[in-house]
Amino acid sequence: MSALTRVVGSGLHRRWLQTVVITLATAAAVTSGVLGLGLLVASNAPFEHAFAAQHGAHLTVQADPAKVSADQLSATADVPGVEEATGPFRTAQVMVFPGLPPGATAVPEGAHGPVLTVVARTAAGSGIDRLSLTEGRWATEPDEVVMAAGGDFRVPVGDELVMGEGADAREVTVVGLVRSVSATADAWMTAEGLAALDASSRGYEMLYRLDDASSAARIADAREALGAALPEGAVASARSWLTVKHAANDRTSLFVPILLMFGGLSLLLSVLIVGTVVAGAVGSTVRRIGILKALGFTPAEVVRAYVAQALVPAAAGALVGVAAGNLVAVPLLADTEDLYGTVALTIAPWVDVVALVGVLAVVTLTASAAAGRAGRLSSVDALAVGRTPTARRGQRAARVAARLPLPRPVTLGLARPFSAPARTAAMVLAVAFGAAAVTLATGLATSLNRVQVAADHSAADVFVNGVEGGPLGARVVPKRGTEPAIRPKAPDPDRVAAVLESQPGTAHWLGYRETDISVPGLTGESSLVEYTANPGWVGYELVSGRWFSRPGEAVVPTELLRSTDREIGDTLTLTRDGESLALTIVGEVFDPGDNDGLVLTQARSGTTLTDWMVGVTGGTDPTTYADALQQHLDALDLTAHVDGPDGADELVVVIDALAGLLTLMLVTVAGLGILNAVVLDVRDRVHDIGIHKALGMTPRQTLTSVLSSVMSIGLVGGLVGVPAGVVLHGILLPAMARGAGVELPRVVLTVYGPVLLTAFVLGGLLLAVGGALLPAGWAARTRTATALRTE
Amino acid sequence: MATPLIELDAVTRRYDGGPPALDEVSLTVDHGEAVAVLGPSGSGKSTLLNLVAGLDRPTSGTVTVDGTRIDTLGEAASARYRRASVGLVFQFFNLLDDLTVFDNVVLPAQLAGASRAETTRRANDLLGALGIDRHARAYPGRLSGGERQRVAVARALMNRPALLLADEPTGALDTASGADVRRLLTDLYADGQTIVLVTHDRTLAAECATRTVEVVDGRIASDVALATPRAARR
Ligand SMILES: Nc1ncnc2c1ncn2[C@@H]1O[C@H](COP(=O)(O)OP(=O)(O)OP(=O)(O)O)[C@@H](O)[C@H]1O
Ligand SMILES: [Mg+2]
Repeated sequence: MSALTRVVGSGLHRRWLQTVVITLATAAAVTSGVLGLGLLVASNAPFEHAFAAQHGAHLTVQADPAKVSADQLSATADVPGVEEATGPFRTAQVMVFPGLPPGATAVPEGAHGPVLTVVARTAAGSGIDRLSLTEGRWATEPDEVVMAAGGDFRVPVGDELVMGEGADAREVTVVGLVRSVSATADAWMTAEGLAALDASSRGYEMLYRLDDASSAARIADAREALGAALPEGAVASARSWLTVKHAANDRTSLFVPILLMFGGLSLLLSVLIVGTVVAGAVGSTVRRIGILKALGFTPAEVVRAYVAQALVPAAAGALVGVAAGNLVAVPLLADTEDLYGTVALTIAPWVDVVALVGVLAVVTLTASAAAGRAGRLSSVDALAVGRTPTARRGQRAARVAARLPLPRPVTLGLARPFSAPARTAAMVLAVAFGAAAVTLATGLATSLNRVQVAADHSAADVFVNGVEGGPLGARVVPKRGTEPAIRPKAPDPDRVAAVLESQPGTAHWLGYRETDISVPGLTGESSLVEYTANPGWVGYELVSGRWFSRPGEAVVPTELLRSTDREIGDTLTLTRDGESLALTIVGEVFDPGDNDGLVLTQARSGTTLTDWMVGVTGGTDPTTYADALQQHLDALDLTAHVDGPDGADELVVVIDALAGLLTLMLVTVAGLGILNAVVLDVRDRVHDIGIHKALGMTPRQTLTSVLSSVMSIGLVGGLVGVPAGVVLHGILLPAMARGAGVELPRVVLTVYGPVLLTAFVLGGLLLAVGGALLPAGWAARTRTATALRTE
Repeated sequence: MATPLIELDAVTRRYDGGPPALDEVSLTVDHGEAVAVLGPSGSGKSTLLNLVAGLDRPTSGTVTVDGTRIDTLGEAASARYRRASVGLVFQFFNLLDDLTVFDNVVLPAQLAGASRAETTRRANDLLGALGIDRHARAYPGRLSGGERQRVAVARALMNRPALLLADEPTGALDTASGADVRRLLTDLYADGQTIVLVTHDRTLAAECATRTVEVVDGRIASDVALATPRAARR
């Protein structure tokens, strides 16, 4: 066997580039496999895992301290059905504002911020809900607070907050971020800190784990038992863990289609590349196999030796891939943790094993198949392979190409793909995969960006209203779900309109008024926004129907249509201040994630407007514009506020990063596939290249010729891959939307323009040329005498 | 006297550390000469020819062709030199199997960027002159050895090179085809073509050459001038 190993080994040595390609291709395959599969697994049950890790609360009960004592609450641990209880903790509901603007001494009057649930707790605890500190430290002083990580109200550690309203408002410092999978609070403070707050209401929080929390009914039973054990009306609210789980998994479901699609693409491409590389490597040694057999080795011995030869670099690559996959997964998973609201996600070890074994199995299979074919050839046939002219198939193409009015090196290259159809097909597929991945990832990023813009509908640059102060006014006031920020001021709308119209730099503007309404079928607060004009430019996108064009017409979000069981064309009757209003629904607007009711309509003339939004023309600085505008607004007792920059949604950032990474991997593997195929081709033709050079082909002409040979491949690959990417995008986005339970507006789905698509197709060309560059340079540098000597 | 076409001065070629394949060889060939290089296998004949063709570079010494130093040319420049001044004929023809006879013949002109009409006319002339015009559309694989070597000669002459270099042009041919190629080379010499041919074949040397140079162990062992090729005398 040692002689055999030596012969095979020397083959390996001489084909170092193939060895490198096998190593890199398997590495990339395993990396994307580990990443895709690992994230898929991690996203499969992240909530359950994290919930178990934190010993989460099945039931979170808020109790009224006026009706029940702490001791009475502690005693509920013995209620039948309760397995374990923790608490009570003191809680408070407090309105919170971001830090004061420079120079301001108090929160502007009339401003509204979110109301958070603050719990008196200064340690992770060892009972139910073992909190994980993700950043900073626990609060130790009364003016320190720890915020929930990944919540809606995000404040970085070190920032100051204002908690409470009016004269009793306190400035506190955020010292840490904590994750509670059971979502038992928005913020945590010391007991003294909590006591010092100006709270809108106070209470106790009790956490329970139940004997059986598998269904909503079982949990309801437990809740009833608890209610019965306590004084009448003591339980203010009780939240089941199933509610929290449902909300968490809603976000997770967005990832699954992406991971499935990119994971599938990576896997297919990896199999294709690793397969063709190995088959090519073994195929190009058929003559050597013939020699080995002529020397008396059995076909089985030969096959085993070659499989081993392919497996050595593949195994090395696979190990590198496992390491890289786990390494790359760390930051991605860290972001994902935040998204899933979970803790400490890692790649499951079995994923590493599956990716490793899977790829090695593919390598073994293809190598055995290719070597097996060679092993079955008779020695004579195998020896003849190197000598017989192989290029019969391409003759017709060569003849046609020779007549093209192009430089000869180009036409020689153009004919090349036709003489090795199988290799050409594999290259076309590789380019197609790469092009499809880039198309899909770009489309995905664009769509998500548009979803974000549409969901934020925050394209307005400047807000005008009666609230004084800096950015705070802008940030607090326009958010819905709060009462109008100013009540008494009623500036003359015509004068405001005149000011905005005449101000240089105004691109769009509209005035509006937001009022509280109640909508039959909807619980909770709803609001009616009356606009002077269609607010499409602010970022709102319609899912169906049209914008309102006159008073009496309304546009509402999908959720409202669903929960009130209405359709476009139906009449919606609302109540405002005891007076009922009938509006015809003419459009459905995209406004996901907001559970409050929202009705957009055209303002009647004479409506008392309170707010205005302005979009400035391109090139106009909003701050300068607002300053200039303020000169005219002083007389009207109004203030112009510049909207603060919107941070990108973390979900979008993570998805973009993930898709980008997987695309990069796909493109790299595709490039390696091209590289390998061209290497094989150049090696096959090294003698012909020598002849060309002997006849006077310069190195540059050689380079041109080899690069031309892949151009048509790149182009066809792009033409196949780009439409495939568009189709995949058309499947992926609706799947994601279904997962998230939203209807997408058309702009989110139609993201590809002709310029972009052309660019992607040309990208396929670039990928092919890029992959061929190295072997082409090689061919150009080959010494003619050496080339002519090789058989 | 006019400057020689080929001038080798103290040329040594050593392949990685071994004994020199060519050892301090000096040789001049004038315009219009037909030189046959003889010698045993492994004596360095092909090495010598490759150096003159600019396919290889000497370890030391200079190679000058038509007043140009060949040994110092870069890859691109030596390709252009071959294209313009050298026609190459090999033992195993070295035709491109995926191109027709015609496309093989015109390739050197196409690489040089010659005009299509001019190229076509020249190729048809050559194919006619060499008696292979009826095979113009055929592929080399279908031709006999002698016919293939004629195609190779036509291709070598395509760009009207000053110098025709042939390495064992009859080495792979049977007796009849060999005689055929011998006649072809003799005719070319008669038309004034400078020829350097490497051969084992003393008959070929005697029939086609005005001069025989014998190489043994990388050195010139003898350099004998003949009046005119015997075949031409007939
Ligand atoms: N590329 C090379 N690398 C190493 N050694 C070489 C190379 N080319 C030729 N040689 C060696 O140089 C010597 C001369 O070789 P060359 O091919 O010039 O001989 P030749 O006279 O043409 O022989 P033949 O009549 O068999 O063709 C030989 O010993 C050969 O092994
Ligand atoms: Mg030789």
